[in-house]
Amino acid sequence: MTATETDAATGTRTNGTAAPPPRHEPRGIRRLAFSQRLSRWDLKLSPYLYISPFFILFIVTGLFPIAYTAVISFMDWDLVRGTGTFIGFDQYVYVLTQPKFWIALRNTFSIFLLSSVPQLLLAIFIAAMLDQNIRAKTFWRMGVLVPYVMAPVAVALIFSNMFGDKYGLVNTILQDIGLSPVMWHSDAFASHIAIATMVNFRWTGYNTLILLAAMQAIPRDYYEAAAIDGASKLRQFFAITVPSLRPTLIFVIITSTIGGLQIFDEPRMYDQYGTGGADSQWLTITLYLYDIGWGQWNFGRAAALAWILFLIILAIGVVNLLVTRRLVRDEGSTR
Amino acid sequence: MKLSRRTKAIAAAAGAASIALIAAGCSPAADSGEGDGGKIELTVATFNDFGYTDELLQEYMDANPNITVVQNKAATSNDARANYFQKLGKTGLADVEAIEVDWLPEVMQYSDLLAEVPSGTADRWLDWKVQAATDADDRLIGYGTDIGPEGVCYRSDLFAAAGLPTDRESVATLLEGDWAKYFEVGAQYSAATGKAWFDSAGGTYQGMVNQVEAAYEDPDSGEIIATENPDVEDIYNQVLDASAAQSAHLGQWSDDWFAGLSNGAYATMLCPGWMLGVISGNAEGVTTWDVANVFPAGGGNWGGSYLTVPANGEHVEEAQKLADWLTAPEQQIKAFVNAGTFPSQNEAFTDPALTDYTNEYFNNAPVGQIFTDRANAVTVAPFKGEFYFQVNDAMQKALTRVEDGTQDKQASWDQWVSEVEAIG
Repeated sequence: MTATETDAATGTRTNGTAAPPPRHEPRGIRRLAFSQRLSRWDLKLSPYLYISPFFILFIVTGLFPIAYTAVISFMDWDLVRGTGTFIGFDQYVYVLTQPKFWIALRNTFSIFLLSSVPQLLLAIFIAAMLDQNIRAKTFWRMGVLVPYVMAPVAVALIFSNMFGDKYGLVNTILQDIGLSPVMWHSDAFASHIAIATMVNFRWTGYNTLILLAAMQAIPRDYYEAAAIDGASKLRQFFAITVPSLRPTLIFVIITSTIGGLQIFDEPRMYDQYGTGGADSQWLTITLYLYDIGWGQWNFGRAAALAWILFLIILAIGVVNLLVTRRLVRDEGSTR
Repeated sequence: MKLSRRTKAIAAAAGAASIALIAAGCSPAADSGEGDGGKIELTVATFNDFGYTDELLQEYMDANPNITVVQNKAATSNDARANYFQKLGKTGLADVEAIEVDWLPEVMQYSDLLAEVPSGTADRWLDWKVQAATDADDRLIGYGTDIGPEGVCYRSDLFAAAGLPTDRESVATLLEGDWAKYFEVGAQYSAATGKAWFDSAGGTYQGMVNQVEAAYEDPDSGEIIATENPDVEDIYNQVLDASAAQSAHLGQWSDDWFAGLSNGAYATMLCPGWMLGVISGNAEGVTTWDVANVFPAGGGNWGGSYLTVPANGEHVEEAQKLADWLTAPEQQIKAFVNAGTFPSQNEAFTDPALTDYTNEYFNNAPVGQIFTDRANAVTVAPFKGEFYFQVNDAMQKALTRVEDGTQDKQASWDQWVSEVEAIG
């Protein structure tokens, strides 16, 4: 459009048809190039622009605090005055030489294992049951998710009451049937079981639904073929269902590992003080971290512990990744 | 002292809930702001229930037309504590901030960030109340509000079953004396009934250690002396020797402990004024709880609060005037009537509104007079320094370990010593 106008202005009417191309081209290309560049930018940059809010937010609320925590962890930090003196690795040394830290680590893993393993076995079993032809399917499926909807603190309050040492429901029942009561708040292993019970109560249903979805995605032909070959239900379950669940199981295991290492609400609400028991029976890493930070206002030390926890989770994440890779490759070859 | 932080939350909530509800019910929306031309707005941050109703604050606004007072209430003392330390020395604190004695030792480390209470007002309060909020440079930084003088609560039906006197005057005479006397009567009770005399070693220990002037730290140097202090070791041994037979082993504020309030698991309990509300709120069906005007080895205090004025606030001078007014005896009496917060002001103790106050649940015990006497019996202001909490918290856990049978007395003491040595 503009090109013809210029043509008219310069008065090259007669030669117009011959002359324009060379003039036309560079000008036209320049104009086109801009919009082209724009659209190329659009193509190349837009995706980043669209996801940038998340990352900007992450840098501000995630990365910055993480880095700042690292800085504080090398200091003797005074929260109120906002000042600190650099003391190198002293805070790390202190944390790592505390018997409490190692007890907390032990408890965290113990509670994690006690909750994850039975939880997954139970979830697979329930999912397999729900995968059968049963009446009122939706009712049962929604039913297993109900505990998940409850707030963790509410769950912890109810269970803590049930697990009372003297007048708790569980011990009352145990005594009624002639067994001796369990000291839920003084025996370390018993307290882990009680806390794991709360975790299991909350998360079994959630994992069941995920596993159920995976089970329903398994082609029915496999089962029909197996049935024709004369395989029993049990054999079908172990030879078809379980192997097909592997990728889903990996997902479930990774998420429950992350959740398990950060367990906080349940042990915090387990007794009236929320500091992990008189002998640190159910002190977990996050609970210890909270107590150092918000109980003792020792943020340097808490920051060091936070970084140690971060490194532990990272290490376990790497192990998870390696195992996952192996399994997924196996998966590919078997299919 | 983790336990009492929680304590106050529960205590004030339960103890004052009924009165607060009534007060809130009949308060005629008192915020009648008439345009704020040149008006100064002062904020007062409290927690639980200090008894500062809208009417009370309105009185101040009526007397000072250029001032508007707004109260922010935190749900629990813990919330208030977190907020306080995150903002102290920076911006965002209210003009007048309430603090609790449990975290007073932490606040005292930053006393330079708080405005000093103008001289001449200090004799308004009990000596020990003032002493606890005075720093090393002799600056008083807290306006005392309420205190928790301790008596002994007991179940008269359980006393009767053991052949002990049941009316509160005779019980006071019976228990008059030192801790050895208290445990001696306890042994007698436990032998007669086979039941527990007191609720927990932890709660009883707290009452005992609060009578020691410098239990854990040297007031001059701030050094931790807890593990070498013979007083602490004596108390530890004395309470644990008694607890084997006499304690119900129910940690305070545990679910079992609350159940024990109504099912008679223990016959006595050390009882600050605000504990009455906890008992009556959690043992509604019981008619035999009573309170005796006595406390072993003199007097004891558990809990209480102050108002502070952050020094970098916008209206420090006006805030000081407001804090001064709120903690004057006349206003504190009103707060007591509103929320049961027992006054720390000398003059308030002669006020009939306090001295004539009775508690129906405790068989109409003259609790106003009883706790006034108990407050006057307190002679020691225990020194609580920077590490008080951590040392005391570790001690409470050590006592619990012995009570629940995880460790014996010596092993638990040794673990406590090693834990205390790691503090700092």
